Amino acid sequence: MPTASPTAPQLNLPTADEPLTGKAPFECWGRYPTYDAKVLPLHWQSDFPAITAGLHNGALPVGMGRSYGDVCLLKDGNLLLTTGMDRLIAFDPETALLTAEAGITLAQILDFAVPRGFFLPVSPGTKYVTLGGAIANDIHGKNHHTAGTFGRHITQFELLRSDGSRRLCSPTENPDFYAATIGGLGLTGLISWATLRLKPIVSRMIDYEGIQFHGIDEFLDLTTQSKDIEYTVSWIDCASNGRNFARGIFMQGDHSTRRAELKPSAKPKLIFPFDAPGFALNHLSVSLFNTAFFHKQIHKRVVSLQDYEPFFYPLDKILHWNRMYGKRGFLQFQYVIPWEHAKEGTIAILHEIAKSGLASFLVVLKAFGDVPSPGMMSFPKPGITLALDFPIKPDKSFPLFARLADMTLEFGGRLYPAKDAAMTAPQFQSFYPQWQQFARFRDPMLTSSFWERVTGDRPSL
Amino acid sequence: MSTTSPTQQSGTPAPRKILVLGATSGIAQATCRIWASQGASLFLVARNAEKLAAVAADLRTRGASFVDTAVADLDDTDNHPELLAHAVNSLTGMDIAYLAHGILGDQAEAEQDFNAAAQILYTNFMAPVSLLTWLTNFCVQRHAGTLAVLSSVAGDRGRKSNYLYGSSKAGLSAFLAGLRNRVDREGVTVLTIKPGPTRTAMTAAMPKAEKFADVDSVAESIVSAIDKRRDVLYVPFQWQPIMFVIRNIPERIFKKLNL
Repeated sequence: MPTASPTAPQLNLPTADEPLTGKAPFECWGRYPTYDAKVLPLHWQSDFPAITAGLHNGALPVGMGRSYGDVCLLKDGNLLLTTGMDRLIAFDPETALLTAEAGITLAQILDFAVPRGFFLPVSPGTKYVTLGGAIANDIHGKNHHTAGTFGRHITQFELLRSDGSRRLCSPTENPDFYAATIGGLGLTGLISWATLRLKPIVSRMIDYEGIQFHGIDEFLDLTTQSKDIEYTVSWIDCASNGRNFARGIFMQGDHSTRRAELKPSAKPKLIFPFDAPGFALNHLSVSLFNTAFFHKQIHKRVVSLQDYEPFFYPLDKILHWNRMYGKRGFLQFQYVIPWEHAKEGTIAILHEIAKSGLASFLVVLKAFGDVPSPGMMSFPKPGITLALDFPIKPDKSFPLFARLADMTLEFGGRLYPAKDAAMTAPQFQSFYPQWQQFARFRDPMLTSSFWERVTGDRPSL
Repeated sequence: MSTTSPTQQSGTPAPRKILVLGATSGIAQATCRIWASQGASLFLVARNAEKLAAVAADLRTRGASFVDTAVADLDDTDNHPELLAHAVNSLTGMDIAYLAHGILGDQAEAEQDFNAAAQILYTNFMAPVSLLTWLTNFCVQRHAGTLAVLSSVAGDRGRKSNYLYGSSKAGLSAFLAGLRNRVDREGVTVLTIKPGPTRTAMTAAMPKAEKFADVDSVAESIVSAIDKRRDVLYVPFQWQPIMFVIRNIPERIFKKLNL
């Protein structure tokens, strides 16, 4: 054996002082904004302390980049890509507790869990997010009114800090770091692994019911009637004023209790192949889509048995569907307005959107329940939440967005950082008055373009 | 048999006994995940104890019926007979040996420093030859077994950008071809696996790494090639015609290309 050095590094970890790897190597899902950054992939839990030692310009842990705006970006900084840390650590079918590294995706968890008769306790609208990202944004799903946020089902996790410390965090151990990290936008440290409580299922199928409604009153009636149904969400038509104002389809479902084969999911085959031209989405095409979608359901009420994939993840069938909005990207807007002003606020905002003529079709309306969110900075609270997206038209989208954000504030609501690329620092600080208390838990090495934008803070490093 | 049991999807009656050398490599991990979900028995060897433990826990959780490990630097060839005997004892036999360890090395450094060049050749060529000497004789005695070895498309023709890595893999591919020829009548299968660039920790720092092949699809092809007792696997399959063309470009032209 000639020259074997026992300490020779086995992996080619990129070194921190190399130049940036070119234009926007990592995109957020809305594709706006775009920033240069250096992507440093993490493959092992030990990579984080090894890499952060030599970092300049700050760093941010990122996963699948499904956040819509700049919570997953760091201009001219280092993005620590966690998707290589995707190992399972333990699973106990008795307690349904699954422990895994934080870079595993919910899709990978489902591939493991569903054939064994288990399901995610909370599912967002896409399964292509990481466990760590789901915690850091304290995501929610169609069962918020019964299950609360994702963070409620995280019994413990480990938090690595750039000073080399490791903390086990749970509701009873380091409860302050537990609360700051859930919904903490990846700023409190790197979540190396987490334990998630799954729930048992006996079938892949969902007992589905779709109900047409007209107007917010009908939506609220349906919400009251369905409070014992596990999953509820509504699609609404945001482009119509007058007779068709706030028409929509109320979609509800429960896991089927009839035993059926729990086979794994097929891989998606469709990929949106190119950036659509800017004019493809306009008021006409969106109105046509909305009318077609509303009337696709011919009857007032439709009952069916649906696989969980189209029920929870209808857009995951088409990889890169965000290319539909073209190169300029799109803005997401999601508010929650507390019950006190939920109805008037929602009606006022829907009128404002319809009046603007700015096209939007993936519009989702839901009532949040009163299960408390565990995170200091969690977005959900009891009330109505509305999520929609606009293609970016420079002179129209941003003024509309600013008006909608101001209206949200007037009605006592707040916006969702994971979906934001445009709220101002004063708006953020009014939405989340606890932000300074949260800032004390931030890892001094970690920051994001979002955080710098809404706090005016480029930390000294 | 119930089709819902996640550990019995292969339909194989007894779990297969698989020895994995270089078990923390990206391609090895992805391959082992498939075997684990089929309920295989695994013996894993790697150099870093912490990483090896993480991989072993992952494979146990995914349904491997048995997982044992040994921490070893495979450059230490003197240790190979003892290590391999221990592994085979632990598994109580061996159906498949999967050699997946290797280093990319630093081409620029290796052009200047023979020690760096020798290190690449030693880890990627000499060490596998030592392992395969023992493993082949074990299989030949039993007239059974599959030796699946990760070589590379880079071994099909030397290029200025990575000819040390490439020549180590060329040597390995030639060794495997000869070995296959020797043991063909002994009931032993030798599979030469030639992956194209694949997204793993080893290649993460290379330019355009995001365009490389998905490691899970590469692993699926490897498992299937082993099941079909194939001789040589180019993966993804496009690399077979590509390398055919590259091997046949006249040297007079090839030497001027920027590859």
